[in-house]
Amino acid sequence: MDKLTNQLVISKLQATFGDKVYNFSEPKGLLTLETDRETIIDLLMLIKEDEFMQFIYLTDITAVHYPELEKEYAVVYHVHSLIHNVRIRIKVFITASDPRIPTASFLWNGANWMERETYDFFGIQFEGHPDLRRILNMDDLGVFPMRKEYPLEDPNRVDKKDFYFGR
Amino acid sequence: MSNITLADKPPGVEGAGFFATTLDKAIGLARANSLWPLPFATSCCGIEFMATMGSTYDLARFGAERPSFSPRQADMLLVMGTIAKKMAPVLKQVYTQMAEPRWVIAVGACASSGGIFDTYSVLQGIDEIIPVDVYVPGCPPRPEAILDGVLRLQDIVKNESLNRRNTPEYKALLEKYGIATENG
Amino acid sequence: MSKPITRISSNAPVFEDNDPQEDLITLNIGPTHPATHGVFQNVVQIDGERIVGGVSTIGYIHRAFEKIAEHRPYYQITPLTDRLNYCSSPINNMGWHMTVEKLLDIEIPKRVQYMRVIVMELARIADHIICNGILGVDTGAFSGFLYVMQEREFIYEIYEEICGARLTTNIGRIGGFERDFNDVAFEKIREFLVRFPPVLKEFQELFDRNRIFIERTSNVAAVTPEQALDYSWSGPILRATGVDYDVRAHSPYCSYEEFDFDIPVGTNGDVYDRFMVRNEEMWQSMRIIEQALEKIEKEPKGVFHADVPAFYLPPKEQVYTNMEALIYHFKIVMGEWDAPKEEVYQAVEGANGELGFYLISDGGRTPYRLHFRRPSFINYQMFAPMSSGMLISDAIINMSSLNVIAGELDA
Repeated sequence: MDKLTNQLVISKLQATFGDKVYNFSEPKGLLTLETDRETIIDLLMLIKEDEFMQFIYLTDITAVHYPELEKEYAVVYHVHSLIHNVRIRIKVFITASDPRIPTASFLWNGANWMERETYDFFGIQFEGHPDLRRILNMDDLGVFPMRKEYPLEDPNRVDKKDFYFGR
Repeated sequence: MSNITLADKPPGVEGAGFFATTLDKAIGLARANSLWPLPFATSCCGIEFMATMGSTYDLARFGAERPSFSPRQADMLLVMGTIAKKMAPVLKQVYTQMAEPRWVIAVGACASSGGIFDTYSVLQGIDEIIPVDVYVPGCPPRPEAILDGVLRLQDIVKNESLNRRNTPEYKALLEKYGIATENG
Repeated sequence: MSKPITRISSNAPVFEDNDPQEDLITLNIGPTHPATHGVFQNVVQIDGERIVGGVSTIGYIHRAFEKIAEHRPYYQITPLTDRLNYCSSPINNMGWHMTVEKLLDIEIPKRVQYMRVIVMELARIADHIICNGILGVDTGAFSGFLYVMQEREFIYEIYEEICGARLTTNIGRIGGFERDFNDVAFEKIREFLVRFPPVLKEFQELFDRNRIFIERTSNVAAVTPEQALDYSWSGPILRATGVDYDVRAHSPYCSYEEFDFDIPVGTNGDVYDRFMVRNEEMWQSMRIIEQALEKIEKEPKGVFHADVPAFYLPPKEQVYTNMEALIYHFKIVMGEWDAPKEEVYQAVEGANGELGFYLISDGGRTPYRLHFRRPSFINYQMFAPMSSGMLISDAIINMSSLNVIAGELDA
């Protein structure tokens, strides 16, 4: 069997999606690419079901918040082809005003909680998700705490007031 | 004869065939040496508590032979590990389910003060929701430290007045935490 | 006068009042239930003793690791990783150090890599001891647990010799170790290799042909490889289904490619297979430690960190006397070093599966974003769906065999 190289993945993806996939890079040898939310599910389906590539193992889904960018949120997928031992990282940037992205939970059942966690922390709406509720935080938290604008510490704390330290 | 150390008898008057002491001293002695622990273990400190209960350190030597997993039958609530705000009502409910007299040990930095987790999701010390008798420092404390905490609690239990739980001060303390006392 | 007790807030759905004709009972297990060994809540609907459906609620010790990590310099994140999977902290520590070293392109001397291998394999043994011991307790055999706990204490003694701590070890630094293993540590590791095999053998014999244990575990919660991969399982429970995915062999780190060890796999994916896979992994870990000790002998003595003064804290006596060392000390402690703007994903084989660190650096003193791929979180996901149709008692031992660690689950 041929070896799956990053170059091969790029050419296969470009053959199907053309300029819908872009910004290829290889930080530390791990192929990273970007796509948009209209393409992401087709792309994941293709790489999972392609008989040669077989990216059947979803390692992780998470998100990153870049407040200074026009498209603030990056949803990051790590997918692993166990048979070739190749990992790829796929990013989808979405805007803060419209943080929607289709769910991958019908491709992998394991995506269910990963997407719930991402929703819980960043407020990204995974459309079509069977059960999009908060998972780690309390229901009545009200905010999405991993967004950069929210502080680490509880803003309602009183025991750290300057008063107690004679300031 | 095995080398079992007996607890010292409380101060009292001894004569031929009798020994007289106060009732609260005798009861304190009995209570202190038969504390039934309720391990409320959430994280790392719970693993050290496993070691404390295990064969090497053996908390049972100090009268805590039976870990009680039902709050109704426990005297000593050992809170071990981070208490998140999501967990706080559960802990409070467990505390209110315990019968008087009840004592609480906060084991480890997280239970005592929130520890290194000064975040939006972590309760900054369990004494925000329930009264605490003994704090054990450490992240996590060594089993010896947990044993020491239990011994310190035994001192408290031994010297506690029988009337303490009926005093207005104690009721006011519980009221402060919003916990109902027995007679309203 | 007093306030009523606050209702337990949870995002578990409240099932409607049961229709008596349906004969289903809603039962709440957890979050403080002695059988769950941690803070997990499962609201299940039962028909007699059989579970019909259930919903898991997690997050009861959510501590916001990822948010804290965005506010701490790289050095101060090591103690956080300790508290992820606290049964095998050194693996987490080493995984984090390797992530940063990958980011900074630091080459680690061979001897340090072997030392790391030893520490990680000891941690794997300590973790598997607890998991298998607890599984024994849950099936009604307390003696095995009491017996092997002593060996875990011995591993903790080795940790103490290496770093001074027992549980949350904070072993090592970015670039190596903070000090060399002393002679006593090596002696104790050798002693462990001698005293542990008979204990493990006896422990195994208590269970692997024990009629009661087999009846309780075999064919309980059997999972097919397809299901396991669909749910992104990793670690011993994935290997119990027959998939030989082990990060140590798949994408070797720390020179694991030089070691000769087997990856045990199961056939059935049931609780018994998971028990046996973990047991066999302990034997393999012993083999790895033996080889690592041999390899260390051949390396130059006294090397315990890489020669990277810009990232590795200088020795304390130099800090007091040497200007340059003082500057480096402050720069490193304050996190004022030149981190490249890059993204790194580093995976290590944790005791429960693939423990991944996804680190994004923007060149600042703290990570821009750090995401932990926590195997417990991902493995636990299947628990509720797979419990349907199971007896409650089977579901309990299924949970023990998944070895879900609450700290890692909730981060």
